Parts: sequence; structure tokens; C-alpha cells
Amino acid sequence: MALVKYLKSSDLKSWLAELAQKNSVFAPRYEGDSVIFAPFDPEQEIFIKNAATAPPKKTVFPQSEKLVDFKYSKDPEDLSRILIDAKENLPEGTAIVFGGRPCDVRGFTMFDRVYMSEEATDIYYKTRRDNTSFITLACDSTENTCFCNWVNSSPSDPTGSDVLAIPVGDGLLLKAVSDRGESLLTSKLLSDGESRIGEGEKVCKEAAESLSQVQDLSNAPQKLLEVFDSIEFWEDVSAKCLSCGACTYLCPTCYCFNITDETKGLQASRIRSWDNCMSALFTMEASGHNPRPTKAHRLKNRVGHKFSYYPDLHDGVISCCGCGRCIKSCPAGVDIREIVLKAIEFEPTVVEG
Amino acid sequence: MNTKNLYLPEMATIQEVIEETHNIVTFRVTLNNQEAMKNFSFEPGNVGQLSAFGIGESTFVINSPPTRMDYLQFSVMRSGEVTTKLHSLKAGDQVGVRAPLGNHFPYENMKGKDIVFVGGGIGMAPLRTLLLFMLDNRDDYGKITLLYGARSPLDMAYNYELQDWLDRDDLDTHLTIDAEFEGWEHNVGLIPNVLLEIAPSAENSVAITCGPPIMIKFTLQALEKLGFKDEQIVTTLEKRMKCGVGICGRCNIGSSYVCKDGPVYTGAQLKELPNEL
Repeated sequence: MALVKYLKSSDLKSWLAELAQKNSVFAPRYEGDSVIFAPFDPEQEIFIKNAATAPPKKTVFPQSEKLVDFKYSKDPEDLSRILIDAKENLPEGTAIVFGGRPCDVRGFTMFDRVYMSEEATDIYYKTRRDNTSFITLACDSTENTCFCNWVNSSPSDPTGSDVLAIPVGDGLLLKAVSDRGESLLTSKLLSDGESRIGEGEKVCKEAAESLSQVQDLSNAPQKLLEVFDSIEFWEDVSAKCLSCGACTYLCPTCYCFNITDETKGLQASRIRSWDNCMSALFTMEASGHNPRPTKAHRLKNRVGHKFSYYPDLHDGVISCCGCGRCIKSCPAGVDIREIVLKAIEFEPTVVEG
Repeated sequence: MNTKNLYLPEMATIQEVIEETHNIVTFRVTLNNQEAMKNFSFEPGNVGQLSAFGIGESTFVINSPPTRMDYLQFSVMRSGEVTTKLHSLKAGDQVGVRAPLGNHFPYENMKGKDIVFVGGGIGMAPLRTLLLFMLDNRDDYGKITLLYGARSPLDMAYNYELQDWLDRDDLDTHLTIDAEFEGWEHNVGLIPNVLLEIAPSAENSVAITCGPPIMIKFTLQALEKLGFKDEQIVTTLEKRMKCGVGICGRCNIGSSYVCKDGPVYTGAQLKELPNEL
């Protein structure tokens, strides 16, 4: 039986403060109009009523990070020659992310298949991933943009988490999901939670039942390939899109990046930054040729990647965690669910004769 | 699990710079770490990322063959920031190298066959690797035909070795340019048209082609007319790339990542992929 504890809401900050003694702790809080994951600050209110505006993606995959530092120096034997020293800049320390939702944390498992594959392991990602624990908050309510149930998940899915926290009464029921999770549940602030397991199950069940009806996406990979050459279809579904890229930045599973160099005096850095496939520059080649010249091509790739190409490469797993942020935050009202369902219903025009 | 840092370039020194044309420069480089250079192994068709430090990285094919390991050769056409910076470098300067990346030409399947190379412009670079590799293993292959075309003689790279290629009796070399040019003694005409004139037999043959997209398109049509089937045609593609190892997510055609699953594809493989070149 996995370890189950109970934490009173009034003790949450004290508990996080304890955890913050040995780790960087990230928790959701308001910044302006948005709820984001920020380093825990006991002076600031933690917001856990709904899912945060932005997922905790940056805790493992920073929006911008230095990969390599270059240092220039003159060759003492030939002063006209510049020598260059390259140093990797690996992340250090351990972190705990409190308050991510099951969809958010499951998103990292989609990164894992790409960033920690047998053939190529991204050491920057892996170092942070290995050193970050997740105390995930099960959802006790859902929004009409939520569709985790369409992508084989649920509002209390523990996949990728170390501890699952379920809101019950005036507190949190804390269930250890991993060994690392058990080691996070040793505080004296926590009481035994066994007696509240039933209550927790009820909360999870009610949240799951509040979601919209599950849609069968099993033939989405094939149908998206069939609709690939129908540019009219893609022009139609992308007509509203502004190419702003909010969907990619707020997506827990969007993992594309750019690499650029920045020079300052006798030093330079190679920097990795989040990139955005909705931008025309994403695939623009130096010759001027662009394989995805319009927003229709680009939205096709984004939807195709999540619901067709990624599943094709990764045992059928859809690279969308159903958090609905791309729908909720799209300034033009593009709804990825509608696009996928429309593609599933797509029938190619049959030319007579 | 391989935990080598995928993004850390090997330091390398430019040994020689060859001005090929008004916009193409060839670099011959060696890795500074002698052990790494000695152990460096790759296959014809593999690519690498060259770093112009402080500016960035771009992908180029290694166009010297693995049978000649005194240096690694890259030909760089000036077209953006990184290539412009690379063009300013001279012998003795430092570059970063991340290589080998990508797949390679399926030369094992080409043994005993007649080979037809069709290269246009800078597209000759990857073909050069395989051509020299095959010449260095000449007995493994049948007749080898090379058709190399450029806009004008001034756009033709590897000038210094073309005469040798023309003179060899184990290589049937054809050169072509788009329009008449004073002193030009070879073919004049677009590559696909000249290919149809040369009309190499498709029987027991493989055609390997690389060049600008428009040339590839019509070359594939010409090869089809000559009776080449999709699986007898091999090409090598180009995309904007960053990581070179299938992670950064921009060079995909459907579920195939050109940087790691390519850049070499057969005509048959290309037909399986979504149409997004």
C-alpha cells in the first residue's frame, strides 16, 4: 500500500518552506493577470483553485538556457590566431514542482520519449528531469476546454508524478506515486491520510464525470495523413489563426527549440530557446525556400505532429495532454479538438470518371 | 543510453580553404583532438554541423570520402549569416564540428550495379563523397556515369578535379551548363534534358541525384522516362536544421526527421512521406 498522508491547507506554505530548504520549489501564483509557476515565496499567495495559465514546462525545459560557453583567446605562439575554448553549461541542483496538474506533468512523458531516447539523450533535459520531483494536484473540477479524457488520461492521472495531491475537505490528501514521492512525505506537518482515501476517490470520480464525452481518436493518425494534401481543408481550419504562437508556448508537450549564438566581447554563448512552429521563420531556409509557406501548412504540421506523426513514432501515444490551454488562450478561438474531429470526418472528394 | 553532450562541438582547425566559385568555398578541416580525429568514422552521405563561433551552426555534408581521412571536407555556399561568417575564415582558424549526423547512402545495396550520378550546383557536394568512395572501391561497382551541371562554368565547383574525372576511363563524365559560354567545350542544356540525351540504361542501375528542388523534380521525371523505378533512385535532402539529432523539431516531413532519418532517401521512401519538400 502506497504511503498516504494528509496536509491541512493552513500548513501548505510551511510544508513547502520545509521542502524549499534543500530544493528549489516552484508553485503556481499570480503574476499580473496570469497564474504561472514561480520560485516559492512564503510572502506570496499560492493559487491552486484552477490550472495555471502557463504549465510548469519551463521548470524542466527553460524558455531560454545556455548550452555552451565559448571563450576566445590569442594563441601565444601565433598572435594572429584566435583560440576558442568551449565549455558545457550543465544545470545543477534539485527542484520540486508543486501544483502542476496531471495533464501538465504527463506532458513531460511526451518530452521524455524524444529527449531521452536510446539513440540521442539531451543531457540538459535529462539532468533537470532526473532532479525534479512533481507533487501534482488532482483536479477537483474541470473546465469546458479540458479534454484529458480524450487522450487516455484523467483529472487524477498520476503518470509522471511523484506525489498526487487530492483536494479533500480543508486540505490535501497526499498519495506517494514513486519512491521519490514517499521520501517527500516525511514532514511532521503531515498526518495519516488512510481514513480519507474514500473521500479522495469521490473527488476524483466527480471530476472525471464532469468532463465532456470521450471522443475516439484512434483513427486520427491515419485520417490526418489522408487530409494532408487537401490545402482547402487546412486553409479553412486555419483561417482564424493569427500565427501568434500562444498555443505552442502554453503547450505542455510543445518541445521544439531554436539554437542561437550570442557574443559579448571575448565570450559567446550558444543558447537554446523555445521555438514556435506557427512562425514562418521556423522552417525558412537560407535560399528563401520554405516548405511550410502559409499558416495553413504550419497549423497542419502542429496538429499532424501531435495526433499523427508523434503517435506513429511512439507506440500510438498522442502528443497532446488535453489541458486545453491552446483553446483557452487562443486570441482567435482556434480549437484543436474541432480540427482533429473534422479531420476524422474528412472524406476526400471523389472525382467522377 | 548515450549521455554524450549532443550540442558540444569538437574544436577543429581549418587546414585549407579552396575558393570554388564566386559563392562556394571548400574547407578542409581536422579535429584538434588527435585521438578524436584518428577515431573519427563516418559513412558517405553523413552530414555535420559547422560552427562559426558567436554566429551559429549550419548543416553541411562531409564531401570527402571515408577512404581519405587526412581531413574532413565541407563545401559551403554563401547564403545566410553562418555561411557568410564561414566564408571569412582562413587556414588556421577554428571552427566547431558536430559530426557525423544523419543516415548515409545505401552503397551496400549498390554493389555490382551501374551507377548514375546526377548533380546540380552545390548538390554535387554529397555526390562527390560517394563518387570518390566508389572510385576508391572501384571493383565493387559496374559502369559509373556522372552528369554534373551548373548555371555556368563560373558556378562549377571542384574545377581542379573535373579534368581528372573526364580523363578517367573507369568513369563516364558529362558536364553541362545552362547557356552557351565562351570557351566551354562540353554540353549546354538543362540537366534533365542532357540526362535524356545521355540516356543511361536503367537495367541493374541506381541513380543518385542532388541539386536544387526544381532540378530534382525534372530529373526524377527524366529518370522515370529512362525506366528507373522509385527504388532505383536515391536523393539527399536539405531542410533548415538546428539540433541535427531529431529533437528540435523543424526538419520533419511527416514522421521522418531529415536530420536523423535522412538526409538520404530513395524515391520509394519519398513517395511514402507526405508531400512537403
